[in-house]
Amino acid sequence: MLKVKGKKAKFVLTAMLLLISGFCLMPTAYGQLAVKGETVWTMAGEPIKDGVVLINGGKIEKVGPASSTQIPPNYRVLSAKVVTPGLIDAHTVIGLNGYLNQPHDQMALDGGASFQPELRATDAYNAEEKLVEVVRQYGITTIHTGHQPGALVSGQTMIAKTWGKNVDEATIVPTAMIAVTLGSGANASGRSPGTRAKQVSMLRAELIKAQENEAKTEKAKDLKSLIMARVIKREIPLLITAEAAQDISTALRIAKEFNIRIVLDGAADGHLIANEIKASGFPVIVHATMARPGGDRANLSVENALKLRAAGIPIALQSGYESYVPKTRIVLFEAAMAAANGLSQRDALASITIDAAKLLGIDSRVGSIAVGKDADIAMYDGDPFEFTSHCTGTIINGVVVSEVIK
Amino acid sequence: MLRNLLVIGVLVIVLTCTVSGQQRPVAFINARIIPIVGAPIEQGVLIIQNGKITAIGDARTVRLSSDVQTIDLAGKVIMPGLVDTHSHIGGPAGADSTAPIQPDVRILDSLNPRALSIQRAQAGGITTANVMPGSGHLDSGQTLYLKLRDDPVKIDDLLILDKNGKYMGGIKFANGTNSIRSGGGSFPGTRAKSAALVREQFIKAQEYRDKISKAGSDKTKLPPRDLAMEALVEVLDGQRTVHFHTHRHDDIVTALRLSKEFGFRIVLQHVSEAWKVADEIAKAKAPSSIIMIDAPGGKLETMDVDYKNGAALEKAGALAGFHTDDGVTDSRWFLRSAGLAVRAGMSREKALYGMTMANAVMLELQDRIGSLEVGKDADVIVLSGDPLSVYTHVEQTWIEGKKVFDRSDPKDRVYATGGKGASDDGDAHSDIHCFDGDLGGGN
Repeated sequence: MLKVKGKKAKFVLTAMLLLISGFCLMPTAYGQLAVKGETVWTMAGEPIKDGVVLINGGKIEKVGPASSTQIPPNYRVLSAKVVTPGLIDAHTVIGLNGYLNQPHDQMALDGGASFQPELRATDAYNAEEKLVEVVRQYGITTIHTGHQPGALVSGQTMIAKTWGKNVDEATIVPTAMIAVTLGSGANASGRSPGTRAKQVSMLRAELIKAQENEAKTEKAKDLKSLIMARVIKREIPLLITAEAAQDISTALRIAKEFNIRIVLDGAADGHLIANEIKASGFPVIVHATMARPGGDRANLSVENALKLRAAGIPIALQSGYESYVPKTRIVLFEAAMAAANGLSQRDALASITIDAAKLLGIDSRVGSIAVGKDADIAMYDGDPFEFTSHCTGTIINGVVVSEVIK
Repeated sequence: MLRNLLVIGVLVIVLTCTVSGQQRPVAFINARIIPIVGAPIEQGVLIIQNGKITAIGDARTVRLSSDVQTIDLAGKVIMPGLVDTHSHIGGPAGADSTAPIQPDVRILDSLNPRALSIQRAQAGGITTANVMPGSGHLDSGQTLYLKLRDDPVKIDDLLILDKNGKYMGGIKFANGTNSIRSGGGSFPGTRAKSAALVREQFIKAQEYRDKISKAGSDKTKLPPRDLAMEALVEVLDGQRTVHFHTHRHDDIVTALRLSKEFGFRIVLQHVSEAWKVADEIAKAKAPSSIIMIDAPGGKLETMDVDYKNGAALEKAGALAGFHTDDGVTDSRWFLRSAGLAVRAGMSREKALYGMTMANAVMLELQDRIGSLEVGKDADVIVLSGDPLSVYTHVEQTWIEGKKVFDRSDPKDRVYATGGKGASDDGDAHSDIHCFDGDLGGGN
């Protein structure tokens, strides 16, 4: 038994009680926080010098200059040089693929068949995967993740917050898109497709089947048909990974033929056919800036995001899929390299915040620091893009989820 | 006194050149110079001639002769050319799949000197590189130290020759999981077996060496020539450095143990878990060449890789530098390594030393490259700003007094930014299997 004697013991007891209550509150309770930043990039207007963000009930309560934004007395105050909205990685595979790169933690591609749109990302997402923690510590709070490129149709994607003990806590959009690959990455060994023409033939056949099914009164209810119906009805887009110019053109041709929504992914040759992409109206989730050149990506340019954006195409940046090392890229670093290569600091930051949110259709909840939006915040001790700056804290839904200096 | 001597020195050099009709000296003026050895010079002057550095100093102390060609670099930063201690540019392949230890194979006989990956490395400010075979073997062959000179006709045009006119290079060894193959015939199946196989070959090499020394001048008593043994004898004699691919803390210690046992010169390569055994590395006086990877894992033995390796080795007092392992990381962003190391606590000075001089020491080229000092090779890079900033570009790369990369030239610029023509030679990662084997060709 604990003997309570004297002042010291009383102090210890109080401290212990405080600690216990602290632990109980931390993961679940939506705290009342005030985040002060020498620069606050709200991404909903000009950055605020000496700004304050008030957070209550998991949402942004107020944002403005310190001079006109009173911090209520019971709010926990956090300070940083630079405050941004929680970052968004517009395309990754983490959570499905893990950092160990062993068969048991690589779940983003089933090699059994070339057309599997029924595979749900939510059935594979591991919210406690180490890589989710890694990116969270750099300020990334939302990820569009799912089945990887590498099969004609590899499966579905989802959108998650980089927190939560399980997929249900993490998920904000269970089925976001269907992952399609065109080009050399879509070829399978020992079965079709084995050429670009075959890839397109197979994809068109499936889309025609889905169209016909949609026209029937008695609709097929198998899993493939159910999900493809949503594509035909324009409810969800195809996420078409196409790096070479000819594959990008093919993606646009298919979208037009079937009047479906698509999002171009990768698009290493995008800068060579920016006008064609612009005319289509479809957005591009541009490859990681530092992605390796070669193969379908022979013409990959660090200025691709800049050139596509300048052409008026909606873009976002991504960390992408990596087979080996780094097992994930950090989208913050990829945006930094884009900023170092011509994209303005604001546009580079937008490509991993508000522009990514708009592209993913989640901008009513995340992507900027605005009243009523989810309180997802990243804090830095300097220019977030600089190699030598650190992420000093991450907030998701009003909860401080990382205070590691990273 | 020193200042006067320097002025006289520069004048003498300039006069000599005018008289003998040598190449016109080139003076880089008004830049901030980071010589690596010695303090940074705010308004610096660097004079090069005939491929060497002939003067370096402050604008007030270094006089310019009338025939000098000046290049005004106000607002720019000058550093020594970067030295990459571990690269796979030029698409080299060493050992084949027939045996785990193949000291006889040479990168000399494998590398494409015209590969565009070499141009891209120039764009990243790399002037010297140790090009190696992969890590799918305990020993995958002999490495090659190269100057990334322009317009090579053949591999010979990139070689670095030692005092005896012999081309320089080391030898690649590896431990850990890359070289382990389950049911792999002559390949090891465990870590202990890996070490045993290496030990066995070095003992054979010792015996081979003994036979040679016993034979003395009697050529009839010489053992038959054995290319593998000859290379390993060079290792035993300290003429060939072992570049030892090693990740996990216990593998690092095993590499050190073998180095001590056979007395060979070692450079620890990758050292993903150096932070766990930094003191042991320092105690062994072994240099470490670090790879900077943006996320942990990719394989089990690198699950604890961390940017803090540089800081940990610096704290322990060990010699530490960085490498690209191109194409595992891209030569064009090599300077990132220093920036990220500083992010994780390494000092600015040691991080930049680790891009240049530390690596020159590892390649035994410290008298020729790695710092901006009079008499050294004129391997110089011009940066648009601070070397640790993401916004900084390599604007010019000079090797032995010749400009090999100029970002303002559209033809060169594409090698830096990528785009059409930057990597269409198909070499982008044709044979990378050093950090591991999953990116490209087989082991």
